[in-house]
Amino acid sequence: MAAATLRDVRYAFGENPLTAVALAIFLLLVACAVVGPALVPYDPLATNSDFRLVPPSSTHWFGTDRLGRDILSRVVVAARLDLGMAVCAVALSLVIGTGLGAVAGYRGGWIDNVVGRLFDTIMAFPLFVLAMGIVAALGNSVANIVIATAIINLPFYGRFARAEVNIRRELAYVEAARMGGNGAALILARHLIPNIMPPMMVQASLNMGWAILNAAGLSFIGLGVRPPEAEWGIMVSEGASFIFSGEWWTFVFPGAALVLAVFCFNLLGDGLRDMIDPRRRT
Amino acid sequence: MSAPPLLDVDGLTLDFRTRAGRVKALDDISFSVQRGEILGIVGESGSGKSVSAYAVMDLLDGNAEIRGGTMHFGGADLIERDRAAVRSMRGREISMIFQSPRTALNPIRSVGRQIADVLVRHGPVPRRQAKEKAIAALRKVRIPDPERRYDAYPFELSGGMCQRVMIAMALACEPMLLIADEPTTGLDVTTQAVILDLIRDLVDNSRMAAILITHDLGLAGEYCDRVAVMHAGHVVETAPMAALLGRPAHPYSAKLVAATPSSAASIDELASIPGNLPNLLRDDLPYCRFCDRCDRRVARCDTEPTPMTAVGEDHLVRCWSPL
Amino acid sequence: MAYRAVLQRIAGALPSLIGVVIVTFLLSRALPGDPAAYFAGPAANAASVQQVRESLGLDKSWPEQFWRYLSDLSHGSLGHSLTTGQSVVADLVQRLPASMELTFCALIFAIIVAVPLGVLAAARPDSIVDHLCRALVTMGAAFPTFFVALLFVYVFYYVLGWAPQPVGRLDEIYYTFPSEVTGFLLIDTLIAGDFAAFRGALAQLILPTVSLGLFALAPIARMTRAAMLAALGSDFVRTARANGLAAGTVLFTYAFRNALLAVVNTLGMVFSFLLGSNVLIEQVFGWPGVGSYAVSAVIASDYASVQGFVLLMAVAYVLLNLVVDLVAGLIDPRVRFGG
Repeated sequence: MAAATLRDVRYAFGENPLTAVALAIFLLLVACAVVGPALVPYDPLATNSDFRLVPPSSTHWFGTDRLGRDILSRVVVAARLDLGMAVCAVALSLVIGTGLGAVAGYRGGWIDNVVGRLFDTIMAFPLFVLAMGIVAALGNSVANIVIATAIINLPFYGRFARAEVNIRRELAYVEAARMGGNGAALILARHLIPNIMPPMMVQASLNMGWAILNAAGLSFIGLGVRPPEAEWGIMVSEGASFIFSGEWWTFVFPGAALVLAVFCFNLLGDGLRDMIDPRRRT
Repeated sequence: MSAPPLLDVDGLTLDFRTRAGRVKALDDISFSVQRGEILGIVGESGSGKSVSAYAVMDLLDGNAEIRGGTMHFGGADLIERDRAAVRSMRGREISMIFQSPRTALNPIRSVGRQIADVLVRHGPVPRRQAKEKAIAALRKVRIPDPERRYDAYPFELSGGMCQRVMIAMALACEPMLLIADEPTTGLDVTTQAVILDLIRDLVDNSRMAAILITHDLGLAGEYCDRVAVMHAGHVVETAPMAALLGRPAHPYSAKLVAATPSSAASIDELASIPGNLPNLLRDDLPYCRFCDRCDRRVARCDTEPTPMTAVGEDHLVRCWSPL
Repeated sequence: MAYRAVLQRIAGALPSLIGVVIVTFLLSRALPGDPAAYFAGPAANAASVQQVRESLGLDKSWPEQFWRYLSDLSHGSLGHSLTTGQSVVADLVQRLPASMELTFCALIFAIIVAVPLGVLAAARPDSIVDHLCRALVTMGAAFPTFFVALLFVYVFYYVLGWAPQPVGRLDEIYYTFPSEVTGFLLIDTLIAGDFAAFRGALAQLILPTVSLGLFALAPIARMTRAAMLAALGSDFVRTARANGLAAGTVLFTYAFRNALLAVVNTLGMVFSFLLGSNVLIEQVFGWPGVGSYAVSAVIASDYASVQGFVLLMAVAYVLLNLVVDLVAGLIDPRVRFGG
């Protein structure tokens, strides 16, 4: 197993100091997601008609929205939903994609053909459009946003796992396990899948930012998350109508949170790749 | 040696600036080529053979820095002349061919058009006549059915055929000097002989000169008139081919000759020369860069820089205790 | 390009098309719950659901339904929209030119900016252009399209007043729509000789084009830069230099044409991105295209319209990929001759 040594870790941070910044943002985001609701100064759902559309001030750092809700509190609390959707979607496609891809790569033959055709068919759609179609078909809910995001990401993991397993299928330790009379399922579970996990995890972290963008995009057009729930995409969409009266804080802060989160995951993904896969250092 | 040499490199010193420090790639190297002869430059990989050729061609990367010496070609100063003038000489007066011919040709342009590009660039050749001339160039390197091959792409041709195309391209404008950098590495033995026979014939039948860069002294022995032996950025010996093979003066050359029983063996395959090339990043390089591997080392090797001294007619060696 | 190779490419696109048709069928029939209720819409009662069930043949077996779906498709029918009352095909055809005009403009903008940017960045590593290129690429991967579009509207319309109000393709208070010839306003206004309307349409197009194009620009610039770096460091560029070819010839005829191949091959991914982001951009700018049509259909549970939209986009995407394939074959003899 290609474990990252201390030297690799130091390389990743030394080569790109932004990786450390990204790690700090990541910890902040996780804190928001886990204990955010306990930290925020206001109830994110509490409306207050006396403080509607108040610009950023010392009492409301990010201002308030059209119902007088504190935007800072809503942005912080939304981290749980936004990151949660992305993590679940990525985990789903990681597990299912790796499974399908590994089996296809190991067995070959008709299973490989069927799985390959499935991935090709998913890739034949513009992915965001397919996600819209899936949410429309399965029903307009947060769970279905997660499922749709997972499905459109499936081919990335599947094809990657298939290729990795294919390379390793003939290697000595796999041959040895086969000679030892182990079945295909056991070889896959005990020898192949653990070995392809490090590069798969790199793929997953590189994919996180994209999953966040995708889920937020779906809720921006009104799918999944329902008001008054706090979520960055829908907050940007609600804030959009106040552009024409100049209340910029209504959409800028949730949008900035989104950018920060995606940026952080992209950088972490690069850093993780540098640690785990030294060959691809640039 | 009455006629002035076609190419005269004298005391060339060159560094590469890298993150880790300066690589002293060439130190005070001198060699020359006469019209109508083939000079072999022989040495291990990393000895500076290709770098010397790239320096002549002005093909080095931006981190290379010439720190001293002169290079003259046909009387013109290659270092002092402005770069544009040197570049317009490339392909017209000096040409170069490389190893792995299949990747050295543009994969998505027909080989004939690649030759035509060179003709149009250098000669007063209009596009329309360029095709005819390119076909003539292909015929000159004995490519069968050149009219049809004109439209072929590199992936449709064998490695040997691609190398002939590259030679045709290099010779299209009838240069005075052809530099061949390991032209047959990666080709099979038969093709290797065909390519080198071709170069030999072209030199014999015109006033062109050639430099053959190779790590294979046996190969150089078969095709070259004179030879320069390189080691760790030094030219350690220059001599007529027969003199070097018959009576090598530098301990390194002697080991090379001894290690090359026939043309089949190459230097890199031979483990018989102990030690490695010194790390050229070092700031305290010894005067003689071979001394650590040498069994004839004397006290003077460590205290005085080694000059090139004559040991025979046209035979120079850089050693305090030559054989 | 060899005639047979073209046919092979076209045949290669067929499985994708078949897959797309099957998936859109499955999306509509394999729903949890009652598909008839979906197609009848949220306002339907039991009788109208039953009526829809029969008219769509949802009471028949799956193979029969699929057959019917195919034969409807072959007659160019995608069902009726609940919200507009028109046939979905008519709706889509009416709105498609608006989306196509926007997407094409964005693609052209992206290519015109990204390709020279990538080439210059590769030709002069660590120059200002190179840093600009890398910054754009990083930004393109982290910014949500819709957020950047909104920022643009806020800055260029509300704060600076440079851009017109984002009210769609043409502000009808000031301009009249030209009679439709191509459906592309930039062309139709010129045909009609109405230059004021042309300028009006152009002004409306600029912000959505730039915000959509920016995100297509990032992957194209990244790939151009990487491919140019690889090409400039390649053996054949060294040969070209050694033969004294002019710097321009080396850069364009030798390095760039080879790099172009890699760039063309990323266009597939770029199209996927453009067609998806188009939906978000249309939403922000009130653009009356197929994307905003699909969004309102999804919200209204107008299923036939969504299905029609997904099918249209998927078919368009498959065809665009086919074009990319054919163009790659034009550039690369190895692909052309199946080598």
